Amino acid sequence: MYFESLAAAWHMEGHGGYVWLAYALTATALVLMVWLPLARHRRHLRWIAADQRRQVADSP
Amino acid sequence: MQRMWTFIHKLGSPPWFFAFSGTLVRWLLPVTVLLLALGACWGLLVAPPDFRQGNSYRIIYIHVPAAVVALAGYYVMAIAGAISLIWRIKMADVAMRAAAPVGAVLTGIALVTGAIWGKPTWGAWWVWDARITSMLILFFLYLGVVALFEAYENKAAAAKACAVLTLVGTVNIPIIYKSVDWWYSLHQPASLKFTGESAIDASMLYPLLVMIAAFYLLFAVSVLLYMRAELVWQHRNASWLRQRLGTS
Repeated sequence: MYFESLAAAWHMEGHGGYVWLAYALTATALVLMVWLPLARHRRHLRWIAADQRRQVADSP
Repeated sequence: MQRMWTFIHKLGSPPWFFAFSGTLVRWLLPVTVLLLALGACWGLLVAPPDFRQGNSYRIIYIHVPAAVVALAGYYVMAIAGAISLIWRIKMADVAMRAAAPVGAVLTGIALVTGAIWGKPTWGAWWVWDARITSMLILFFLYLGVVALFEAYENKAAAAKACAVLTLVGTVNIPIIYKSVDWWYSLHQPASLKFTGESAIDASMLYPLLVMIAAFYLLFAVSVLLYMRAELVWQHRNASWLRQRLGTS
């Protein structure tokens, strides 16, 4: 490790705010890149399940 | 050779692709997360600071991978768009539209991290320099493909219009690459080279390469997930899908 302590890594000689902000925003975006398509997938699966139930209810 | 063509043909088959991509994502996602964690810790905590920029340069480990993959993603989108226009292969259209939101997010990351890096380095969040402006155009091209598809009621016409927009937008790609050489600008030229010595020390180069690999993998995972979500919708009434889901 380059830094002597976690506090030094947090501060980064004055640049910590910029660096950690950039990494935090990127981490959020990367999580969304996986979460958004999965959420869409689940929404489509729920539609199919509901459609299935409708068909069962409609059949005599 | 024969096996490769068989494989390419299979990719066009929705049931086969759905099964294959599911397995692929299950393997790729953990590897991606591992590489991202490794590269981020390495770049943030282990690599030495830059002698001129100090610690702010550590943003390079997310800024450059995001920008590199955002550009590479445009090739993927443009090639898929060309295939869908010329051979009318539906899977290529699905791939093209899946790449658009992913590319938009990556370009957004490159722009935002670039702005945050610019403040302590150049003293400004934003400058209208050639590299940054052409990246902003790339961002709008990606968003344009998403918006254009939504704007059409007729989805076949929408797909065609998106493919044309994608192909026209490729003019922007060489401009982005060459912008730092053609115009005198604040943005530094590329430090990584495919041929010859890279202008970056090994202690900084390795974590950067790890992060670039991780971002490529994440791009693949995200595009595959978007494609799977789209396939589920397009084939919502197909028997193969309902059988797979165990609902019929």
